[in-house]
Amino acid sequence: MNNRIAAIAAVTWTELVRLKVFYFLIIFALLVIGNSFFLARFSFEEEFQMLKDIALGAMSIFSALLAILAAATLLPKDLEDRTIYTILAKPVSRAEYLLGKLAGVFLLLALAVLLMGAVFGVVLVLRTESVLQATKLELANLPAPELQAALAKVRASGYDPGLLAGGLVILVKAWLLAAMTVFISTFATSTIFTTITAFAVYFIGHLQSTARDYWLAGGDTGPAARAVLSLVSLIFPDLQAFNLIDGIVTGTAVPLALLLKTLALGGGYIAVYTALGAAVFQSREL
Amino acid sequence: MRRAPIWLIIGAALVLFGLVRLPLERGLQRAQQTASLRAESATLGLRDRLGQLSYVAALSGFRSLVAAFLWIDAHTAWEQTAWGRMAGLFRTVTELQPRSLVYWDMSSWHMAWNAAVAARDNPKEPSEFLRQRAEREYHQLGREFLEQGIVNNPNSSVLQERLGTLLRDKFADHAGAANAFTKSASMEGALPYVKRLAAYELAAIEGREREAYQRLRSIYDLGESERLPRVVALLQELETKLDIPATDRIVPHQHSHD
Repeated sequence: MNNRIAAIAAVTWTELVRLKVFYFLIIFALLVIGNSFFLARFSFEEEFQMLKDIALGAMSIFSALLAILAAATLLPKDLEDRTIYTILAKPVSRAEYLLGKLAGVFLLLALAVLLMGAVFGVVLVLRTESVLQATKLELANLPAPELQAALAKVRASGYDPGLLAGGLVILVKAWLLAAMTVFISTFATSTIFTTITAFAVYFIGHLQSTARDYWLAGGDTGPAARAVLSLVSLIFPDLQAFNLIDGIVTGTAVPLALLLKTLALGGGYIAVYTALGAAVFQSREL
Repeated sequence: MRRAPIWLIIGAALVLFGLVRLPLERGLQRAQQTASLRAESATLGLRDRLGQLSYVAALSGFRSLVAAFLWIDAHTAWEQTAWGRMAGLFRTVTELQPRSLVYWDMSSWHMAWNAAVAARDNPKEPSEFLRQRAEREYHQLGREFLEQGIVNNPNSSVLQERLGTLLRDKFADHAGAANAFTKSASMEGALPYVKRLAAYELAAIEGREREAYQRLRSIYDLGESERLPRVVALLQELETKLDIPATDRIVPHQHSHD
């Protein structure tokens, strides 16, 4: 990253932090910690299952909201404040400006996911250790192999390295959404248009694979319907590809090759949306 | 020559990118589904049960979150002993998260044990016949949850073990229970006691005493930690029944645990 992009990224980061966006972490922490007290009424397997469901689901929601809302304000705010003219009057290309802005949001999202993951991790470790201690006391009279098997079952329910892969995929999906939102904002006329369009794409993106399956399966759909399905399939991103947490929370292992392919697809989307955003921004009249 | 409008170029670029990623995404979708990391599309039946808002949430990548909240709702229904509502919520949760063993397991347990007992002891139903029939229906519902769970998770030792327990305790089906425990014991992650449960059930089946004896004997031969009082007692019983030569019979020591 060159110095100009880094400088713009740093300023973007500072601006976003000043907007107090990290206050949502308090809500996340309350949700996870509060739930862990409530969920203690359930069996440990139910408790861990729901803790993972809620924590990863909330991480996914918060990171998606943060990505879209933070990225949607970047260009309109600079246009409104007229700071964009000052920046572009210096030897900074429009592409560098856009990349710097995006890098600032990426940094913010990475820290947000890391902090949410840390809160979730601490709660999960504390609850798992607590259940392990209780199990040791309850089953102290069992033969050693059976006690070890019971403890291994508790550990398997609590600790799962696959959760790290879940966090990584959530982050890449948030980056993708941020890149897509910045691309939309390069031709949008207002923040509200950008935000609404980004959320619409978000919902359509989760149905894209269904449209693609219908389109490619052929069947009894008419030509008009097929045309619409093909457009949806080709233009919108397949966001279900990054929705692996439903499987991960059930303890399903993520093969490394599959994880890398998913992350590479995310990288491809980010690169294409950023390039398209830069192309539109280059031709935009300021 | 006049340049093409930027919109045309962007649209063409998006379609081109779509064509490039189309085979990649289909391959990835298949690989993710094979690895059980990507759910099949939600059904219309699920939409009816979830309601519009939750259905949209489930479609938007929050299936697990919706499932967790519905599970909490089911727990509230349990506290209110609203068994019918619980059963409906369990169906929805297990459809949302079919790979979650704990949801299948607990759904079955609530139905076959808690709801069935409540139905049998229902003070509002004077007919003994109807109470018993309701109890049997809840047993069957519990069994269906486990069998459906096994279809979705064929390698789960836990669900096979629970099916064995249910068949043993609620259906007195020793052959079915022995089969389920045997399958469970052969799977990865099976708890050590499951192989004993399979042998105990075999011992209860008329005509399969020889098989039960061989199974119990192999457990006994694993060492002192496996020579539990019930294993020893059943072995001795079968030795007599099968007329095992005295030289091949076990010589039990004192055992301190069950």
